[in-house]
Amino acid sequence: MNARGMLATGLIALLLTAIPAVAQKKYDVGVTDTEIKVGQTMPYSGPASAYGTIGRAEAAYFQMINDQGGINGRKITLISLDDGYSPPKTVEQIRRLVEQDQVLMIYQSLGTPTNTAIQRYLNAQKVPQVFVATGATKWGDPTNFPWTMGWQPSYHAESVIYAKYVMQNKPEAKIAVLYQNDDYGKDYLNSLRAGLGAKAKMIVKELSYETSDPSVESQIVTLQASGADTFFIFATPKFAAQAIRKTYDVGWRPLQIVNNVSNSVGTVLQPAGLEKAEGLISSFYLKEPTDPQWSKDKAFKDWVEWMKKYYSQGDLADLGNVYGYTVAQTLVQVLQQCGDDLTRENIMRQAANLKNVELPMLLPGVKLNTSATDFYPLEQLQLARFDGKRWVLFGEVLTGH
Amino acid sequence: MEAFLHQVLSGLATGGVYASLALALVMIYQSTNHINFAQGEMAMFSTYLAWNMINAGLPYWGAFALTIAISFVAGVVIERVIIRPVENAPVLSVVTVFVALLVIFNSIAGWIYTYTIKTFPSPFPEQPLFGNRYISSHELGAIGVTLTVLVLLYVFFRFTPLGLAMRAAAQNATSSRLVGIRVGWMLALGWGLAAAVGAVAGMLVAPIIYLEPNMMSGVLLYAFAAALVGGIDNPFGAVFGGFIVGILENLIGAYVIGTELKLTVALVLIICVLLVKPTGLFGKVFATRV
Amino acid sequence: MNDALATPPLSMTRYAGLSLRAWKMVGLIALVLGAIALPFTVSNYRVFQFNMVLVYAIVLLGLNILTGYNGQISLGHGAFYAIGAYVAAVLMDRAGWPYWATIPVAGLACFVSGFLFGLPALRLRGHYLALATFALAVAMPQLLKYKHIEQWTGGVQGIVIIKPDPPFGWKITPDQWLYLFTLAILIVMFILGWNLLRGRIGRALIAIRDHPIAAEAMGVNSALYKSLTFGVSALFTGVAGALGAIVVQFVAPDSFTAGLSINFLVGIVVGGIASISGAVYGALFIQFVPNFADQISKAAPWAIYGVFLLLFVYLMPTGVAGFVRWVYQRLRRARGGTDQPAVAKPS
Repeated sequence: MNARGMLATGLIALLLTAIPAVAQKKYDVGVTDTEIKVGQTMPYSGPASAYGTIGRAEAAYFQMINDQGGINGRKITLISLDDGYSPPKTVEQIRRLVEQDQVLMIYQSLGTPTNTAIQRYLNAQKVPQVFVATGATKWGDPTNFPWTMGWQPSYHAESVIYAKYVMQNKPEAKIAVLYQNDDYGKDYLNSLRAGLGAKAKMIVKELSYETSDPSVESQIVTLQASGADTFFIFATPKFAAQAIRKTYDVGWRPLQIVNNVSNSVGTVLQPAGLEKAEGLISSFYLKEPTDPQWSKDKAFKDWVEWMKKYYSQGDLADLGNVYGYTVAQTLVQVLQQCGDDLTRENIMRQAANLKNVELPMLLPGVKLNTSATDFYPLEQLQLARFDGKRWVLFGEVLTGH
Repeated sequence: MEAFLHQVLSGLATGGVYASLALALVMIYQSTNHINFAQGEMAMFSTYLAWNMINAGLPYWGAFALTIAISFVAGVVIERVIIRPVENAPVLSVVTVFVALLVIFNSIAGWIYTYTIKTFPSPFPEQPLFGNRYISSHELGAIGVTLTVLVLLYVFFRFTPLGLAMRAAAQNATSSRLVGIRVGWMLALGWGLAAAVGAVAGMLVAPIIYLEPNMMSGVLLYAFAAALVGGIDNPFGAVFGGFIVGILENLIGAYVIGTELKLTVALVLIICVLLVKPTGLFGKVFATRV
Repeated sequence: MNDALATPPLSMTRYAGLSLRAWKMVGLIALVLGAIALPFTVSNYRVFQFNMVLVYAIVLLGLNILTGYNGQISLGHGAFYAIGAYVAAVLMDRAGWPYWATIPVAGLACFVSGFLFGLPALRLRGHYLALATFALAVAMPQLLKYKHIEQWTGGVQGIVIIKPDPPFGWKITPDQWLYLFTLAILIVMFILGWNLLRGRIGRALIAIRDHPIAAEAMGVNSALYKSLTFGVSALFTGVAGALGAIVVQFVAPDSFTAGLSINFLVGIVVGGIASISGAVYGALFIQFVPNFADQISKAAPWAIYGVFLLLFVYLMPTGVAGFVRWVYQRLRRARGGTDQPAVAKPS
C-alpha cells in the first residue's frame, strides 16, 4: 500500500469514527440539547388523590437531578397533569401532552382504567407509555402494544407466589378472600384462582367491598362464619387495616396474607395494632420505609435526606414516596442508556434493555430486567412474615411465573 | 344463628356511625331547610383539629370539648361569610355552594395532613364490655354518645326559648322577624350546632374507620340514606334510620345478594320505603297551598 | 295564580321589534358558522376539548329541562349519561353496529329508563327526590361492574371502542369529523329543546314547577308531564352519553362516578338555571375550569376549583346566561339613551 493509499484509508477510518459521533445525536420531539420533556397524568384530585404523592415525589427527584446538572446536560421537565382518576379526563390531558406540549414520552401515568383509555391512542401515535403506575397484568404485551410497558411486579405475579406458598405450606387450607370491587381487586382474585389451578376449590368464600364503603366489618363477620382458616386481603391500606383489626377482634385467627400495596408497618399495621398483625404474611420488592429493619440502611438514610431536602411536605411513612423515588431512578437509568439518541424508538429500545439494574430502595436481590419480549421490569418478590415488630424476610427472592 | 346475631350487632355499631352524622344533617335541615353536602367534610376537618390537639399533648376530653367549641364557631362563621350571600338564592345555588365547600375542605385536608390513614384515640376501654366478641366498647360508647346528643338536642329545641326561636325562624322567617327574633343569627346558630354535632360524629367515627381526608364521603352517603328513611326533619327518625340502614346493609350483604350489589339493593329498598311514606318513616307530611 | 304564567323565565322575555329578532337570528347564524369553522382553526387536541363541551352542553340542556324548567332536582344524571355511553359502546363493540346508529338507541333506552324512574319519583318532592336520584348515581358504577352482565359491559375493565373515520372520503381528521357530527346533533337537540320549552309544553312545565296545584286545576296532567319530562331529560343525556363514549373511545365504571352527576348540576347552576344558552356556558365551565385549577396548584387543585365555583355563584347569581343578558340589557339601555327609561332591574 502506497502513501496515498495509506492516507485514503486513514481518512476513511477517521470519517467512519467521526460519523457515528455526529449521527448519535438524534432527537424526536420534546428533546433539545438542554431539555427532555416528559408528561404524565396523576390523580391530584378525586377519589384516588392519595396516590398523587407519587407524582410529586417524581417531580422532586427530577428536581434533584436537574440541580446536579441533568442527564448529559439535559434537564428533565416533568409535566404532570391532574386527571382526577377519570378516564375521559385522562384522554384529554394525554392528548394535550402529546399534541400541544409535545412531550417525548408519557411516563408513570397512574391507574388501570385511565391507562387503558389511552393505550390505543399512544400506540397508534408511537409515543412511549412507559412504566405505567399500575400492577395490572396486561401492560407487558409487546406484540400488541409495543409502546406500553409496566414497572412494578404485576398483581398476577404476586398472587401466584401466595398461591404457591399456601399450596406448599397448608395444602388443606380453606381460603376466604376479601377484595376491592374494581380492576385492582379482581386482578388479584382471578390470579389467585389461576395460581391455585386445579385446587381453586380451596377458596370457600370471596367477598368484595366498594371504596365508598365506610368499613368492611360486616364482610369480616361473614368470612369468619365461612369456617375458613386462611384469609387473603386484597385491599387498599385503610380497608386492610380495618380487616386485620376486626379479624383479631372477633377472635378469628386464620393464616392472613395481605397484598404488598397494604403491608406498610406505619400506615397499615400500626393503625390496625401491631400485636393484631403478628403472623401476617406478605411480599416485598421495595424497602418499606416504616419497617425498623431499614433504619440503619445507607440507601434508606439517603432517601430520608432527599425527602427532607426536596419533598419536605411529603409523608415519610408513605410507601408511595419510595415508589416514586425508585421509578424516577429507573427513568434516569433509561435516559442515561439512551445517551444522545433520544428518539421515541430508542426510549423503548433502552427501556426494553435493562439488565440486572439494582436500585438503592429495591430489596437486596431484586433487579430490573427487560428484553424485547419481556416488558415486565420487576418480577421478583420476597415473602415475609410479620413478627409483631418488623417484617422478617424468608425464603428466596421469587418470580411469579 | 350466631353469625346472624353478629351481623345484626355489627350493623348496629356501623348504624350508630351513620346516625351521628345523620343527626348533624337533620340539625341543619331543621334550622335552615337545606341539606348540607359539606357536612361530612366539615366533620372530617374538625376531627383533624382534634387529632392535632391530642398530638400536642392535650387530654382527650379537653381536646373533645375544644374541638366542639371551635367547630361551633367555625360553623357560625361559615354561615355568616359564605352562606349569607346566597341566603335568598334558589336552592340549586345553595347546593352548588355546598359542593364548593365539600371540595375545598377535602382538598385542603389532603394538602395539610396528606392521605395516609391516621389512628384516632378512643376514650373508651380497649377491652370489649363483658368480654363479648360482637361489639367493641368504643362502638357501644359511640352509640351512647349519639343517643345523649339526641336527647340534649331534643331538650334544647323543645324546652329552651332559644330552641323555640330557632324552630320558629326555620318555619316562618317573616312572622319570626315580626315577633323580634333575629332570624339571620338563628340560621347561623343552626350552622354552628350542626358543625358541633358533626364534630362529635367525626370524633366517634374516626377510631372505627381511621382518619383520612375521604373518611366521611362513604359515611355521608349512608347518613343521607338514614335521614331519608327516618325523615329528614326528625332527629329521632334520623337516628333510628341510621340503625335501620346499618343493620339492613349488613343483612343484605350477608344473606340476600352478596356484597357486590349490597349498596344498590339497600338504596332500592330505601326508595321503596319512600314510595310508601314519601317523607320518611317519621317525617312530617307537608301540605301545599295555592 | 296567574302569577306563575305571567312571569316566564328571562330567556322567554320577548323583545320589542322584529328588527331585533332578525338581528338575533343573524347573531345565531354567525355563532353556528363560527362553531363549524372552529375545528379548522385549532389543533386536534383543542377540537377534542370543544367536542366534549358540545357533549356536556347536550347533557346540561337535558338536565335543565328537568331541573330548571320543571323544578325536579336531579343529582343522578350521570347515571343516564352512563347508560347512553354503555348502550353505544356495547352495540359498537359486541354487536358491530356503526357509531351513528347507536345514538338513537341510546336516547331511546334512556328515555324509557328515565320515564320509569320518573314514575316512582313522582311521589317524592324537593330534597327527597334529589337524594333518591343521587342514590341512582351512586349505585350506577356498582351495577355496571355486576358480574352477570360482565360479558357485555366488560366488567371493571370497560370497553375500548374504535374512533370512526370521516365518511365519503372527506379529507378531514377523525377529530374534526366527530366534532362536526356532534355539533349537528347538538343543533338538532337544541332546536327540539327550544321548541319544546317555548310552547304549550314549556309553559305547562313551568306552571308545574311554580304552582303544582294551580297547574293541576288548570287541567295540566301533572303526573304525566313530570314523568315524561324525566324521560325526555334522560333522552338528551343518553344521546350525549353515547356521543361522549364515541369521542373518548372508552367506557369504564370509573368514568361515571357520583361526582359526574354533581358536576352536571354545577354546570347548570353556573351556566344559568332555566336557560337554554346557559347549557353552553355551563359546559365550558365544567370542561375548562378544572384544568385551570390544576394549572394553579398541584397541591390542592380541588380547593381552587371550589373557590372558582363560589366566585361564580356570588358574582353571577343567575348564572353566566343571566349575566350576559344583564350586560346586553345594559348596553341596550345605554344605546337607547334618555328617551328609554330603565324598565326593570335585572333579577
